[in-house]
Amino acid sequence: MRALDTLRGRAISMPEADVDTDIIYPARYLLITEKRGLGRYAFHDRRSDPGFPITDDMPAAPFLVAGANFGCGSSREQAPWALADLGFRVIVAPSFGEIFHSNCFKNGMLPIILPAPTIARLHEAARAGAIFDLDLAAGTLALPDTGPFRFAISEDRRQSLLNGWDEIARIRALHADDIARFETVQRKAAPWLWTTEGHHD
Amino acid sequence: MAEQIARTLYDKLWDAHVVAGQGEARALLYVDRHLLHEVSTPQSFEALREAGIGVHRPATQLAVADHAVPTHDRGSPIGDPQARAQVALLEANCAAFGIEYLPLDGPGQGIVHVIGPEQGFTIPGITLVCGDSHTATHGAFGALAFGIGASECGTVMATQVLWQEKAKRMRVRFTGTPGPHITAKDMVLAMIGQIGAGGASGYAIEYAGAAVRALSMEARMTLCNMAIEAGSRTGLIAPDETTFAYLAGRPRVASGRAWEQALASWRMLASDPAAQFDREIEIDLGSLAPQVTFGTSPDQVLGVDEAIPDPATASPAAARERLAHALDYMDITSGRPLAGLAIDHAFIGSCTNGRIEDLRAAAAMVGDRHVADGVRALVVPGSDAVRRQAEAEGLDRLFTRAGFLWRDAGCSLCVAMNDDRLPPGARCASTSNRNFEGRQGVGARTHLMSPAMAAAAALTGRITDIRAWH
Repeated sequence: MRALDTLRGRAISMPEADVDTDIIYPARYLLITEKRGLGRYAFHDRRSDPGFPITDDMPAAPFLVAGANFGCGSSREQAPWALADLGFRVIVAPSFGEIFHSNCFKNGMLPIILPAPTIARLHEAARAGAIFDLDLAAGTLALPDTGPFRFAISEDRRQSLLNGWDEIARIRALHADDIARFETVQRKAAPWLWTTEGHHD
Repeated sequence: MAEQIARTLYDKLWDAHVVAGQGEARALLYVDRHLLHEVSTPQSFEALREAGIGVHRPATQLAVADHAVPTHDRGSPIGDPQARAQVALLEANCAAFGIEYLPLDGPGQGIVHVIGPEQGFTIPGITLVCGDSHTATHGAFGALAFGIGASECGTVMATQVLWQEKAKRMRVRFTGTPGPHITAKDMVLAMIGQIGAGGASGYAIEYAGAAVRALSMEARMTLCNMAIEAGSRTGLIAPDETTFAYLAGRPRVASGRAWEQALASWRMLASDPAAQFDREIEIDLGSLAPQVTFGTSPDQVLGVDEAIPDPATASPAAARERLAHALDYMDITSGRPLAGLAIDHAFIGSCTNGRIEDLRAAAAMVGDRHVADGVRALVVPGSDAVRRQAEAEGLDRLFTRAGFLWRDAGCSLCVAMNDDRLPPGARCASTSNRNFEGRQGVGARTHLMSPAMAAAAALTGRITDIRAWH
């Protein structure tokens, strides 16, 4: 996974609340079985709306400042894949759809939750073309004339992003024994969960 | 002896699956069951292939194609080449990784969240995941079930575990006696309307109250299914005799001594009387009217007889804009009730309302009536087993005689990935779970409601208050 530590750049402002994953990535494009090159389908059915911030010729911006409950709805990981393909690495919002929020971390993307009044200032700054400044190790997001705004992130998620760790490899390296131990105990305590074992091996 | 801390059902399920990191807000959780479908797993299998890793416990995985599949002409190859390739890829991936695949033309096919319980793959006390946000459906059995993305599908296949943040606990109590036409769909829509589309974000919901205990398993699944529409990944109902009766004798459920053992364990799966919830919600069913959505988010919902709100009276400005945008997209005006609004499509099906009881409830509205002129009405069973049961009861003949289209099982118009798509501007009375913009087709307008309400709308050509039906 691509590591993330510090990041500077412009931001796109999309203040609308409840932007769901169907808006971000319409379902009909889920028939594509690739995960790369999906940016062209992002917000496909909204791009021609007057004033919609995602356009074919928008300025390069690694930050997206969004509205409440951004990414609500379906679990499709195509939503963060497509946003990443458009160049976004950090999404800032008052709240997120939970599965979307979790999916971002699996793709070297950082969803940041900040209070609504702070987000309102960030929208203004984004529209004014301000340069945003992320320092993940410090847990801060700053603007040229304000901040830094401190955001919360669990330590393992921070380390995972900073180091670009591969989740599967890391679990296998660190927790294989824990998993084996759990399975031994469960097999004895709840044998009905293991009755189908062996049918397809 | 240390005093036993009172725990909620969610706590008990969580605690029983912690592999590492116990006592913290984040833990490595063991995953007992994984349901796979064609849309969220191609990239997961690819990740395993790239890493040269196999599936840790293939017997805990079950795959079926549902999202992209056509609901007609199932004897022929799938017409859409992309969909055909996607379904073929799932089958090939399952064969390569030793995972059981329920074939498209076989008796086990259906929507993941319908076939899991049917097959006895879903049982109480387990953790169950699927690359689909409606996985909370399985919480109806007292299982900790939640939707995940494609990356996590790969992690589960490779390791059988997932890092998870522990949710706060929310209890939703339904009080009062519901009227005769009030279903689980109305209950959950009312809840979403009350707390908002993000109202349960960060919480695991447990549904409680006498009205929930009185629900069948099918209805409980409808209730849990839409937890995500309130922002929660998890909807739970403590298992009871209704649950056990549903499960007894199902194909993958233990029998004999193992069944007795399982039952003894499952009977412990309830929140302790003294357990504390972080948030309590109460919803009175006594005065609840059939619920219908009017906007483009499931929380934009009203009783069928209520007037559509006026954006001018909404505040703050953001709420005003949101409401105005929704009414504009839906092409409806404030002040009028939903009842009487003309529709041109109806959809009965989905993982929310595609089970046999849902089809019976819809069929009960039909009588000797006919689908209204200009209305195209689709009935799509949630699984092949539901289709066979409905046909054994003669429901297919009743529907087709009345002018409904009777189809094969799949997600169909709930996600509109196959050729069941609505044209721009179409207005649909739908039993599915999302009224998002473009969900049933670009520019199409969706009104969510119960199966009986959708059937009535199909028959009259208008959104209809079924309390005044006969």
